[in-house]
Amino acid sequence: MDKHEFALDVSNLTVEYVTSDGIVHAVNDIDLKIPPQKSVGLVGETGAGKTSTALAIMNLIPSPPGVIRSGKIILNGYDVLHMKDSELNQVRGSEVAMIFQDPMTALNPVLNIGEQIEESILLHEDVTRDEAHEQACEMLEMVGIDRSRIYDYPHQLSGGMKQRVIIAIALCCNPHLLIADEPTTALDVTIQAQVLDLISNLRDEYRTAMLLITHDLGIVADMCDEVSVMYAGRIVEHGTVEEVFTNTKHPYTEGLFDSLPKINDRKSLLKPIIGLMPDPTELPEGCTFAPRCRYAMDKCFKRRPSLNAISDTHEVSCLAYEDPVFSIERNKHGR
Amino acid sequence: MVDNILEVRNLTKYFKTKKGLLHAVDNISFTLERGKTLGIVGESGCGKSTIGRSILRLIEPTSGEIIFNGEDLMKLNTLQMRSMRTKMQIIFQDPYSSLNPRRTVSQTISEAIELNHLIHDKKDIEKRVSELMDMVGLADRFANSYPHELDGGRRQRIGIARALSVNPEFIVCDEPVSALDVSIQAQILNLLKELQSKLKLSYIFITHDMSAVNYFSDDITVMYLGKMVEKSPVEDLFLQPEHPYTKALLSAVPIPEYHKEKRKRIILRGEVKSPINLPDECRFSSRCQEFCDVCKGSEPQLKEIRKDHFVACHNVT
Repeated sequence: MDKHEFALDVSNLTVEYVTSDGIVHAVNDIDLKIPPQKSVGLVGETGAGKTSTALAIMNLIPSPPGVIRSGKIILNGYDVLHMKDSELNQVRGSEVAMIFQDPMTALNPVLNIGEQIEESILLHEDVTRDEAHEQACEMLEMVGIDRSRIYDYPHQLSGGMKQRVIIAIALCCNPHLLIADEPTTALDVTIQAQVLDLISNLRDEYRTAMLLITHDLGIVADMCDEVSVMYAGRIVEHGTVEEVFTNTKHPYTEGLFDSLPKINDRKSLLKPIIGLMPDPTELPEGCTFAPRCRYAMDKCFKRRPSLNAISDTHEVSCLAYEDPVFSIERNKHGR
Repeated sequence: MVDNILEVRNLTKYFKTKKGLLHAVDNISFTLERGKTLGIVGESGCGKSTIGRSILRLIEPTSGEIIFNGEDLMKLNTLQMRSMRTKMQIIFQDPYSSLNPRRTVSQTISEAIELNHLIHDKKDIEKRVSELMDMVGLADRFANSYPHELDGGRRQRIGIARALSVNPEFIVCDEPVSALDVSIQAQILNLLKELQSKLKLSYIFITHDMSAVNYFSDDITVMYLGKMVEKSPVEDLFLQPEHPYTKALLSAVPIPEYHKEKRKRIILRGEVKSPINLPDECRFSSRCQEFCDVCKGSEPQLKEIRKDHFVACHNVT
């Protein structure tokens, strides 16, 4: 076995933001493991804590107001939370790279794209300027942009091309882990398909593990091996994509599926999840999803469920399963 | 005889820019039957929002006719147009920027009622506002809240209540759910559907989300760079798309279902053309997989290839 069992191993991570309105409990005691070369999806809605998790992994939580209250993050053997800034800068970029949601703001508008790719290469690799330039040209071609455009500035590129430049920057130092935070949310569907296809191909080639943060279950189905569903700062269900999609356990995951219009079945009615996500400054006692859950029982409002294993790879955090015959609606129709 | 609430003929909108004419919407025609929904889909910059705004003349069309309830809107003056807009309303995409931050919920909803002198008595206006809030599922306690105190879903409900306040017959829904989370999206889509059957509304539903448009619309038109490339009843389009762009668009939609094998999808290469000073050729040619010599010759026109199914492509006959 390789000396590092996981590309990423997060345990008991808790992130809070201390604001004048109270403490925002953004991430509450989560565990997250990504085996080498695997792709894990982190799914949830706005405010679920997905981005805070990603930033914590890079140790980039803005402080103040952010505080990593507890937890351990081991990134390919490096203990991210106990490193000096100078060491961290070496890890960021060469061990882990991040693609952000908005390609429009992630690039520097006053540097041409060549300079921005070279910058990253020069920082992490022992190469001359000319070699870095050549590598940058190669990376650009790899992401499907002609090398003649290396002196272009970000404003001369379309949204899809900008995101491809960002992918080139992220992958130019061959990181072990790629964190993609909603990488295609700002793009059109056909461009999204292009960019996702590119990410898959490059990952295969470079053998990069990936944490893909998204709100789109369709993208998870296409891109991931495993998936964690996050709600109000907690992981409520985790498993392989097959398990979570075909043997859904958590009522919130079920609610997400039921909220999506099905492209092949326009007759079935949408079943939205009633209510709203709880205020992260005052999370309810008990299960945080209970107020919106159609199966909620008295105990759900009093006791907080923990993540329990159903199979070797599938975990769910729901008190209803204390009753061995309990099943959510989605699994009752022989799906 | 079909009762059409809206008929748009040869609608065109060009914007003058320093580099030349920007073809935002080029010679679009369609009809909307009363009580039905027409979906307009396409990607950024295809002109779908410009169509929506042009119909209400929030943007002045360059040319074309907009026949609403038998009356040509292009012949109306500003004042007549303003009273006409009590019959036609719009719901915007961004519930954050489309509400005045200094007006409370009830002020926002009652504004159009007061401006159009629909109700005079203050007590009655209050009653109407509370009735509207109830209709869109906003609790009374929010009447005096400001938009910043509310989440996106509730803000979009205010936008819907504001549109309904003048008793419209027709509403343009311009990406009404794309700024919202999935669980909230479903709430708003269901609300719009429920209101449609309750109030006999006709909708134009503008979106880039193929799954939502399928759920929501009766007819659908696909736009690409200001042109209509395909138009058909919704079932037919999803069952048998004909235009290469529509095919690519449908295949690009991620489907939230587990599949063992990776789904084969059409990946488009190439870049979208600039909508400025377009040459006389198919606008999709730069990205089309079925591109051949005829595509360079001239711009394809919409043809009816089977009943009610129109396609603009040289290679589809």
